[in-house]
Amino acid sequence: MDRVIYLDNAATTRVSEPVLEEMLPFFRQTYGNPSAIYTFAGEAKKAVDRARAQAAELIGAKTEEIYFTAGGSESDNWAIKATAEAYAAKGKHIITSKIEHHAVLHTCEYLEKQGYEVTYLDVDGDGKISLEKLQSAIRPDTILISVMAANNEIGTLEPLAQIGKLAHENGVLFHTDAVQAYGHIPIDVDDMNIDMLSASGHKLNGPKGAGILYIRRGVKIRSYIHGGAQERSRRAGTLNVPGIVGFGKAAQLAGETMEERSRRETELREHLIERVLAEIPHTRLNGHRTDRLPNNASFCFRFIEGESMLILLDRLGICASSGSACTSGALDPSHVLLAIGLPHEIAHGSLRLTLSEETTMQDIDFVVDELKRIIERLRAMSPLYEDFMKKGKNNG
Amino acid sequence: MYSEKVMDHFNNPRNVGELENANGVGTVGNAKCGDIMRMYFDIDEDGIIRDVKFKTFGCGAAVATSSMATELVKGKTIQEALEVTNKAVMEALDGLPPVKVHCSLLAEEAIHAALWDYAQRNNVVIEGLQKPVSDIAEKAPEEDY
Repeated sequence: MDRVIYLDNAATTRVSEPVLEEMLPFFRQTYGNPSAIYTFAGEAKKAVDRARAQAAELIGAKTEEIYFTAGGSESDNWAIKATAEAYAAKGKHIITSKIEHHAVLHTCEYLEKQGYEVTYLDVDGDGKISLEKLQSAIRPDTILISVMAANNEIGTLEPLAQIGKLAHENGVLFHTDAVQAYGHIPIDVDDMNIDMLSASGHKLNGPKGAGILYIRRGVKIRSYIHGGAQERSRRAGTLNVPGIVGFGKAAQLAGETMEERSRRETELREHLIERVLAEIPHTRLNGHRTDRLPNNASFCFRFIEGESMLILLDRLGICASSGSACTSGALDPSHVLLAIGLPHEIAHGSLRLTLSEETTMQDIDFVVDELKRIIERLRAMSPLYEDFMKKGKNNG
Repeated sequence: MYSEKVMDHFNNPRNVGELENANGVGTVGNAKCGDIMRMYFDIDEDGIIRDVKFKTFGCGAAVATSSMATELVKGKTIQEALEVTNKAVMEALDGLPPVKVHCSLLAEEAIHAALWDYAQRNNVVIEGLQKPVSDIAEKAPEEDY
């Protein structure tokens, strides 16, 4: 393939040059185990401390409140399961939303089997939770609210500060899955009353296999992985030093470039959304029109199915994703698209394009031009489109 | 994940389109599950399928199985078309991923549905043909955007 236009940055991102440079020495030169006592390991230890400070600074946390994990899914599992265990004496009720990542949803379903009760909040057509509904869902035995910072499929931002305020006023812990948001939008754990936050390195041009769980000091959750004194005895396992160093550098760079990067990505995203909505009929934008991740555009094209679109885009070197059932191997389309009220047949025709700082205006224009052809082609062979057109003609 | 043959039939589908003079049209599947296939047959007095076209809403495998199924029935007699099973369609495509096997079943059903429609319209009985399951959603979404 000559050229790849990578528009699946919500799935994963490319490790940036400076991040890779920062990581490399920790494979072959300073490869010592940071838990060791000798001087040789000292460099690794220092590098981990530095990365921890970098990861903390991005969200206004204290260095010692950052725990390194293997990624977002582990962080979500840890935050929810360990909270459930530690606070079981207070209650067994958890509140989350219907559009969370499966790392949160499936963990909650697991806990339901263990005797916990979970309230799954509805979202509106834009994918936002209702603060009134959240307020009325809180009970004396509620121990945790877990609501994502930004949705991975439709990009909608949730009202973190207001959720945090509600949680705080009611003495309930607040966890947020910020895997898509960390390093992309400003987050301050103190201002927003966030008690726990999950993030993953590979969503911000860092390495895969490196994540964090921020745990506010005083939150009594315990070890999730047993077997060593690493991470203040809360997460055993030899530290993934290159990964951690890469995470730290990626967090630092994300903080430095956030303003300019968001401005640029938003400009490209707006161009993409405006062109698609104007030039491709029977199309809708998924997620909030403006209150969304700078790099996310999610659409549904009626009368066609997502996987077919992805294959035809792939032939042109365009990487994208879809929430159609066929792309996941499941029978139902994405739970997020269903939760915002889309009927199955429309949810099947979804397409998510997520940009990066490497995306150019030329890329966007090329993709829209090709997308128009692809959708026309698929509609020409769609019996649903045929029926729709005939019906339209019969009606005058 | 798909064989070369599947990709070929998806990228260059055979017999795609509509038949104005079709005397047997069958539609199967439903939009809720993400697959709908429609087949148009033009069957002559001798019971030979002279021409066939299809339209499909669905994934790569759905398009490829429809395309292959039309190839397998074109120029055949009604009885021969009845013998085109989902297995035959799959084999002709060098296999399908397990989660896509239902697409080949749908293709077989679409053939039966088109034949059933032909039998109904022409008041003939096709031996061995059962009324196909047609669970296509009757009501298309009304609102547009």
